Amino acid sequence: MTWETVIGLEVHVQLGTRTKMFCGCAALYGEDPNTNVCPVCLGLPGALPAPNAEAIALGTRAALALNCTVHPVSIFARKNYFYPDLPKGYQISQFDRPLATGGRLVIESPERGTLEVGITRLHLEEDAGKSIHDRFPGLTAVDLNRAGVPLAEIVSEPDLRSPGEARAYLTALKQVLVYAGAGDCSMEKGHLRVDGNISVRRRGETRLGTKTEVKNVNSFANIERALISERDRQIALLEAGGRVTQVTMLFNAASGQVRPMRSKEESHDYRYFPDPDLPPLVLPPEWVETQRQALPELPGAKIARLESQYGLPGYDARVLAGEVALADYYEATVAAGADPKAAANWVMTEVMTAWNETGSLPVPAASLGALITLVKDGTLSLQAAKKVFAEVRSSGGEPRGVAERLGLIQVRDESALEEWVDAVVAAHPDEVARYRAGETKLVGFLVGQIMKRSQGKADPKGVQPVLLRRLQS
Amino acid sequence: MSLRALGADTAARLRAAESLNAVLHWSEAHLEHEAARLEAGPLGPLGGMPVAVKDNIVTLDLPTTCASRILEGYVSPYEATAIRRLRAAGGMVAAKTNLDEFAMGSSTEHSAFGRVHHPLDPALVPGGSSGGSGALVAAGVVPAALGSETGGSVRQPAAFCGVVGVKPSYGRVSRFGLVAFGSSLDCISVFGRTVSDAARVLSAISGEDPRDATTLAEPPMPVPEPRADLKGLTIGLPKEYFPPDLDPGVRAGMDRAIARIRDLGARTVEVSLPHSPYAVPTYYILAPAEASANLARYDGVRYGPPRPAGLPDVRALYQATRGHGFGPEVRRRILIGTYVLSAGYYEAYYGKAQRMRARIADDFSQVFATGIDLLFTPTTPTPAFRAGEKTEDPVQMYLADIFVCAVSLAGLPGMSLPIGRSGGLPIGGQLIAPYGADGPMLAAAAALERGLDPTEEVR
Repeated sequence: MTWETVIGLEVHVQLGTRTKMFCGCAALYGEDPNTNVCPVCLGLPGALPAPNAEAIALGTRAALALNCTVHPVSIFARKNYFYPDLPKGYQISQFDRPLATGGRLVIESPERGTLEVGITRLHLEEDAGKSIHDRFPGLTAVDLNRAGVPLAEIVSEPDLRSPGEARAYLTALKQVLVYAGAGDCSMEKGHLRVDGNISVRRRGETRLGTKTEVKNVNSFANIERALISERDRQIALLEAGGRVTQVTMLFNAASGQVRPMRSKEESHDYRYFPDPDLPPLVLPPEWVETQRQALPELPGAKIARLESQYGLPGYDARVLAGEVALADYYEATVAAGADPKAAANWVMTEVMTAWNETGSLPVPAASLGALITLVKDGTLSLQAAKKVFAEVRSSGGEPRGVAERLGLIQVRDESALEEWVDAVVAAHPDEVARYRAGETKLVGFLVGQIMKRSQGKADPKGVQPVLLRRLQS
Repeated sequence: MSLRALGADTAARLRAAESLNAVLHWSEAHLEHEAARLEAGPLGPLGGMPVAVKDNIVTLDLPTTCASRILEGYVSPYEATAIRRLRAAGGMVAAKTNLDEFAMGSSTEHSAFGRVHHPLDPALVPGGSSGGSGALVAAGVVPAALGSETGGSVRQPAAFCGVVGVKPSYGRVSRFGLVAFGSSLDCISVFGRTVSDAARVLSAISGEDPRDATTLAEPPMPVPEPRADLKGLTIGLPKEYFPPDLDPGVRAGMDRAIARIRDLGARTVEVSLPHSPYAVPTYYILAPAEASANLARYDGVRYGPPRPAGLPDVRALYQATRGHGFGPEVRRRILIGTYVLSAGYYEAYYGKAQRMRARIADDFSQVFATGIDLLFTPTTPTPAFRAGEKTEDPVQMYLADIFVCAVSLAGLPGMSLPIGRSGGLPIGGQLIAPYGADGPMLAAAAALERGLDPTEEVR
């Protein structure tokens, strides 16, 4: 029996605003508990929400980047439930009239290649505070710094067919959102949170199976693990003749397993109704258009352009487009005169290693451009260029000057080359004799010895003719 | 009189009126502090006028309890926009006044701190929910007071107490710092001994506020110039507001006032607001629905009465806090509101009520579109009733607001003006204006005020 897995994801993204969704408190991460709070986000009697225009703009840009239709009128609604970290006893969200609907996102499925995933909706809401259960024994502490921070909730269609696809979707989603400037999407900081809806059905079946929800997952790798675990649980259950019931499953990263949430923790009637404190959110088409104009080139378009403009292979284009900063750096390097493919190789190796280590770019793009040109015209060997790169990275300076100071400029002067050749020939009489007896592949060994003796300075293209002349004489 | 003397005089009046139980918080020290503050600065347009404030509007120097055990002793760390503006305009915050708990009631009997007595007869109610503010103005303690309206809570007690009560257009006054009951209806509103006093206070507290997204995008309302007469005005008399069973004293008062309106030069015409009879049931779905969410924050987690020891979990905390903190009327409305928003009932109740609200508002728009400038109706179906008379029957209590609810649902400006007495008890007449026409309404009311002796027996 073969099974098909059907997955849809709900992603909460913290919008990268300076202040909270409905008050002027700073939306900062990692501050002392309950320091970024005011009457509004504390839910004090009489306080009222005032919408943050920046959050609405960022949410709109995220929606446009996901090819959604942004609605001219959307409505904030109250989602009612009691929880100690929810100060008002309701969360301001959007319900039946969300900000945007009907988008799509292109992803690279590990099984099915490039495909489009539908985006059902994107809506704005405020975050709740944080309940901390391990700070004081037997007590729960509440930190309301996060209460009121703006979020966009992005719901996908059930278009994903494997846990690996779910992960690929998240990777693509995060990339687009970061490009659009919607937020930093850091999972470590909790700025991106994922809930998965998953069901299985027999291959060929068109109706959806009963779904469960997987929550409490803190990384892309773990969402994949959690979905695998839940998929396997559902399949085993069905194959044993059982039935899947609609439950919420919590993922335990330590065990890699999911377990059902206690029923007391779910089955809410949220009693949504329009928030009377907030008039309908009206976004004139011209304003939406200015947000569209403010969007930078998005990943799909950038990959296509890198391929066509620089003749790069698709793999290179995708890697470079993975980070806007790297792609921009790459283009600046080419603009400084570097060969496009050589520049891609450098950015994907030396530069990316440094970027991943330090989060910053190691040398100015103009320097890298100059360095690549020195390799191309034979002034530096690739090996020497890497030394120059390391030196420029640590101490600065201009590549040619650094190469000269380090004595790494390739030597082509014949008399200098002859000196190294003579010394090597004299030092290896056995190899020279064997060469002369017909073992011609020993040329490579001898060239290597010459390069070594010259400390890499000898121009390998110049060495060979001098050596052959000397061996044949 | 110096400002210090005014403060001391107000203290003496508050002390003399203590038997009304109209005040929840005041102190001589606070009044001295207010007087000193006013003396130190330029005297604003209110010139030091003592103004009492309903205890559901947050103030820094006096507690704000909403007449509820759940907020007993609560002092707000911030000040309502209306209070800030009132004080900046030279108003003296005199006292915090008693009310029906969380402004839910029509008699000020539902206060956790005891009922308010009518200044003319302690056995009667002053109306509500702003009964404390209304009674203080009627008793001559202060010339003006702030109340709040959700469905008539200033106009109705103004009628019962024989003072002016003005509910502005929704959004004219910032709600920031008004403890929410029914947010789409709540309006800080004003009592005055005269139309002029009420208009001056309303002008001082009005205007757009970036902290309340529902305020009207307009600068503060200027104090309207009183009209000398009502010439050129057409005043509509909606027939639904003159039912056959209208109290005879109220009818006689209205007859006399309508005659005076004509004497002052206005034309009167009968009009119809066919959906107004549905206002009370509509109101008692929508206001509790909003209240059920607005009152969810009183969970005992962040503020409120001391936490009982030994609670097993957070659910027990909620039950202890809310079970003991809220009185029966508040609990009743939270339950109604929770019910009408529940899955499966939402459309039948909340959805239908929203559509009815639109029809009620549309009735007013259509009438005003025919050239009607103002509407005139009785404020209440009867004069003040006896304490205890309606507490056992919530529906009878709700029907005390039968003539004031529709205006609240439509968001319109409305006001009650004392128009005479029946059996010694005040009667109020209600003026209703198109949205935003608060000023013209007050200007016309000033002319009518001069043409009527509010203490005269009408039958």
